[in-house]
Formats: sequence, structure tokens, C-alpha cells
Amino acid sequence: MDIVSQLQRQFIDYSASLHHEGFVDDQFTQLQKLQDENSPDFVVEVASLFFEDCEKLINNMARALEQQQGVDFKQVDASVHQLKGSSSSIGAVRVKNVCISFRSFCEAQNREGCLRCLQQVTHEYSLLKNKLQTLFRLEQQLLAAGGSIK
Amino acid sequence: MVESGFSSPRHDAFPAGLRVLVVDDDPTWLKILEKMLKKCSYEVTTCGLARDALNLLRERKDGYDIVISDVNMPDMDGFKLLEHVGLEMDLPVIMMSVDGETSRVMKGVQHGACDYLLKPIRMKELRNIWQHVFRKKIHEVRDIESLEGNEGLQMTRSGSDLVDDGHLLSGEDMNSARKRKDAENKHDDRDLSDPSSTKKARVVWTVDLHQKFVKAVNQIGFDKVGPKKILDLMNVPWLTRENVASHLQNVDLNHEGDKKGITSAPVAEPKGALSIDIPDPHKAQSSQISFDHSLGSVDSGLKFALFNSTNQTRYSWSEIPEIQFKQECEPLQLENGFSQLPLPGSQHQVQTEYLQPAVSISSGPSITEKEVSSRPLYDEYRSNHVKHLSPTEAVDLFPVPSRNQTLNNQVFNPISATTSSMKNQGISLNDLEFAQRNLNGGVGVPIASLSEDLQFCWLQGECYAMNIGLQDFECIEYNDPAPIAEIPFLLYDAPRFDHEHLFDPTEYAAIDQGLFA
Repeated sequence: MDIVSQLQRQFIDYSASLHHEGFVDDQFTQLQKLQDENSPDFVVEVASLFFEDCEKLINNMARALEQQQGVDFKQVDASVHQLKGSSSSIGAVRVKNVCISFRSFCEAQNREGCLRCLQQVTHEYSLLKNKLQTLFRLEQQLLAAGGSIK
Repeated sequence: MVESGFSSPRHDAFPAGLRVLVVDDDPTWLKILEKMLKKCSYEVTTCGLARDALNLLRERKDGYDIVISDVNMPDMDGFKLLEHVGLEMDLPVIMMSVDGETSRVMKGVQHGACDYLLKPIRMKELRNIWQHVFRKKIHEVRDIESLEGNEGLQMTRSGSDLVDDGHLLSGEDMNSARKRKDAENKHDDRDLSDPSSTKKARVVWTVDLHQKFVKAVNQIGFDKVGPKKILDLMNVPWLTRENVASHLQNVDLNHEGDKKGITSAPVAEPKGALSIDIPDPHKAQSSQISFDHSLGSVDSGLKFALFNSTNQTRYSWSEIPEIQFKQECEPLQLENGFSQLPLPGSQHQVQTEYLQPAVSISSGPSITEKEVSSRPLYDEYRSNHVKHLSPTEAVDLFPVPSRNQTLNNQVFNPISATTSSMKNQGISLNDLEFAQRNLNGGVGVPIASLSEDLQFCWLQGECYAMNIGLQDFECIEYNDPAPIAEIPFLLYDAPRFDHEHLFDPTEYAAIDQGLFA
């Protein structure tokens, strides 16, 4: 196999695995479809926005949960809700799922539960970020070699 | 973050060019939605804050066709934004959320959302949002139709045109006045292409307001009404004399009781384009109007509705596929047609001419003792839809070749009343087709019943698509068998925007004074 085909194969396989492992869902595929000549880096850009947003929200949650005087669960919940919405934008399934349980803990005003969820969310977010960055790298290599992802 | 994407809303391919305002505090979604909407060939403006969105909407009132907003936003509840938009701009609003709980969705609908989308949103969902814009337009027109006694008047005055004095213009004057108007209209036409072209303030004649008006008129007495007197009696501080004057034109005082004479107006108006196809005058029949002389007087009840959308630019994006509007009306056509109107019997000198602007309005004001019971009113629909005219409200008397034209109508019949009373008498149309043809969607109004009810309603609207060339409307009064004294009768209150308007406000004012001195 020549290098382009190889890279292509790699890219496709990796992409598939992300889906299989539940890191991303069909929404991610939709984003890839939206990418075109007018916005060749669309997916990367969207992902970057997502990462930024994620980090900001996770920090908010951490701060709110750290409050010794009393946790403002409403605030935490608001951030979780936002994260949930954000994750749905790129199809970050695992992150979204954590958010769902996170919200129940918020409603129950369960600080412990919330903290656990926060940990999980942070973990899932990092995993996803790594995976996507790898995917993007593969894509770059493929394009550089003259191939395309379509 | 706000990105601007203003541009003219007109595109050839409907619904391409739909101007969408997206409001979402999530930057990721904002980017994705923008991309998706652009792929649908819509024009997108994005906003990260509800406040910014409202500002944008207020700045360019007619700059958008639809708003899509997330439910959760930091600075303002999405529902609140929804309310504001609904109240202030009356645009369709779609809500979005990752939360699909029924209660939330219901809340959205209660607050007036025309749709509620769940995130993640797919492109196919966005592709169809134009339906909401279209639907709203249709409903708006229908609502207007069903409003009896309510009027939305487009009060536009082209400054200098409004002549508020008692003289009646001679034919000569009318011609020149009309020419002036034409020129202005043409100018306006061009302006119209600008989405933000002027929207004049509109007085909405609510039932209450109208009741006050009626009371005042009754108090003063039909024969003595005049806008100033009415205004004084009504005691509505913000109302102007001009408002009352045009309302007076539109109202058939004889039928105050049944509110037939009043049609409400504003209809979404395709921007810059309203064209009414006036049937070829030589298509004869349609142009025949015969007068019922049973009492030797003509019923002034031709009512036709001229709807003009005041929201001129609101639905400026009007590329509704089937509806084609031509920008220019051709007054000439009508004129010719009218000239063919048979004079109803010899007793009445109904001069079809009067439909022609060029007609010389002979002899000045001999309206002295005559009263014109109702001014020809006509409503014109500028809506894009074929609207059926409710029988009591309007009758399309002019066959407008329906080229999907929603212009149903009109033509007027100036009719005057007998001296003693303002009665409406039926005008029987020779050509049944006449009325029927234009009743799109068919409210078939049997001619017979029309006779009684025919009222001329003429609503001033922004657009007088009616190409009737009725700039100068001559109303000829009948007074029993005696020859009619010609009364130059000009009705119109023409807001002008984009179409050559057929009415010259000056003339109108003249009549006003002349008739109701």
C-alpha cells in the first residue's frame, strides 16, 4: 500500500474506533460533513472551541464545589447544563453522559456525588481531547501526503 | 460576539437568503449553527448574548426574517427574549435546547415559540425553518381578513402632498398632482429595495378607537363630519387629524353598524414588490360596473379592500415561489378599462372616467348639498396569499388575472349617496365573474348580496398596488334622477412607498373638506 492509502486507512480506522468506543457519535460525523472548501478546518476549529468552553466550565464547577461556606448547587447545575449542551455540539457522548448524572447530584445537592462527577467529567474530557488531537494529526498527515479524508 | 451579515434579503431562489439571527451563548453551537445555516443558503447573523440580539433586532427592525435562540442564556432567559421579539418585532422565533423536557418545550410554545429544537440539531431541521416565516405571513393575512372593524392603517403622508384646504381640485390639478405623486412614488419604489426603508408609523384602529370615532361622528352628525371635529371629540391625545381624516375615508359611515366598511390592513408585504395585474381593460366584462338605479342613486357600497402591509419590509423576503409581484403597476391599464365602464343608465353620470386620473374633474365642487356617503374604499391585498375576501368585507371587483396574484381586487366604485342620507345602495355588477374571479380561495360572494353590501373600502396602505390609476378618484354623486353633479372625489391616503401610488393625498384632503364642510 502506498503511503496515502495507508494514512487514509489509519485515519478511517481511528475515526471508527472513536465512534465505537463512544467518544463521539453521529454528531461528529455531521461536523465532518459540514467541512468544505470554504471552511477546511471546520472540525478542528469547532473542537478547539469546545475544549476551551469545557475547560472554562470545569473550572467554574470546581470553584463552586470548593466553596466551604456552602455550595451553590444552582450555579454548578447551570455549568453542568452548559457543558451538556456544549458536548452535544461535537457529539461528545461520554462527557454528555457524565453530565446527566452530574445534574442529578446537583439536584440532590449531593456535594460528594458532585465532586465525583466533576472528576469523571474532567477525566472524560481529557481522554476525548487526546483522541481528537490524534485524529487531527492523522488527518494532517494524510492531507500532507496528498490524500483526503473524504 | 456579534457578526454581521446584513444584506439585501432578496434572492431569486426561495428560501435562499432567509435572514436568520442566531442567539446562543455556547460558542461551539454558534459556530456550528452558523455553518449549517449558511449551507442552507440562509443569511446568518450570530449573537452570543440576548441583549445584543435585541439591540440588533431593534436597530434593524426589518433586517431579519426569523430568530433562533437557545433557551438558556446567561444574561437573559431565552423565554424572555422570545417574548420581547414576539411583542416588539413579531418575528417567528425558534427555541433550542439540549433539554427536551416536555415542560420546557411547553413553556416555549406558551411563550410563543413557533418551534422548539433539541440539540444536537441537524441540518435538515434548519433547512425547514423557512416554513415558519411563510406560515406566519399567511396567518397574518388571514387574521387581518378576519378582523372586522379593525383597521391597521398605514398613515403616510408625503409631506407636501397633503393639502388641507377646502378646494376641490380641478382635473388639471389632479393630473399634475398625480404626476407629482407618480414621480414620488417612483422614487419611493427605488427606496423600497432597501430593507430598512422607511416604515411610517401606523395607526391601528382598534375597536375601541374606532368606537370613539363613531361616537364622535354620530355626535357631530354625518353631514357635518370633518376630521378636525371628530378628532376634537374623540379626545385621543396621540391621534392626529390626519389619522382621523384617513380613517374617515376608509369608513363607510352608513354601515358603521355592521362594520363592513372597515377592513384591517397590514399584511405582510413583499418588499418592494407588489404588483397587481390589472386585467386588460378590454377584457371587457370585468370592467363593467353597472349601477343599480333602483332608487336613482347609487349605492356607495363598493367595498374593496386594499390591504397594504405596513410591514413592508418585514417580510421583505418574499420569494414565495408562486407569487410573483411586479413592481410596477400600470395605471394606464386601468384607466382604459375604466373608461369602458358603461355608464349606468343615463340617469347617472357615472363616469367611468373618473377612474382615470386624467379625467377632468369637471366643475369644481358641486358637492354642496350632496353628500357622499361613502368614499370608495378599497382594500388591496398585498399579501402573498390568495386570500379570500370575506363577503362582508370586501369584494374583488376587478378581475385581476390571478397569476397567483393575491391582489384581489378592486376597483372601486365611487358612489355617492343621496343628499338626504347616506345610504348604501347596491351596485350590481354586470359581470358576476367580476367579483368571483377575484375571490381567490373563493369566497364567492353572490353578486346579489353584494349589492347591498358593496362598500367601497379603501384602506390606505403602503402600497397601492392597485393599478387602477385611481389617483384621482372622481366620485359622482347621484341625486335621484337628476344629473349627477360631478364631484371630484379623490380618495387616497397614500403612503408611499414602493408603488406608484394611485392616490394623491392632496386631493383627498380636498374632498374631505369639501364634502364635509
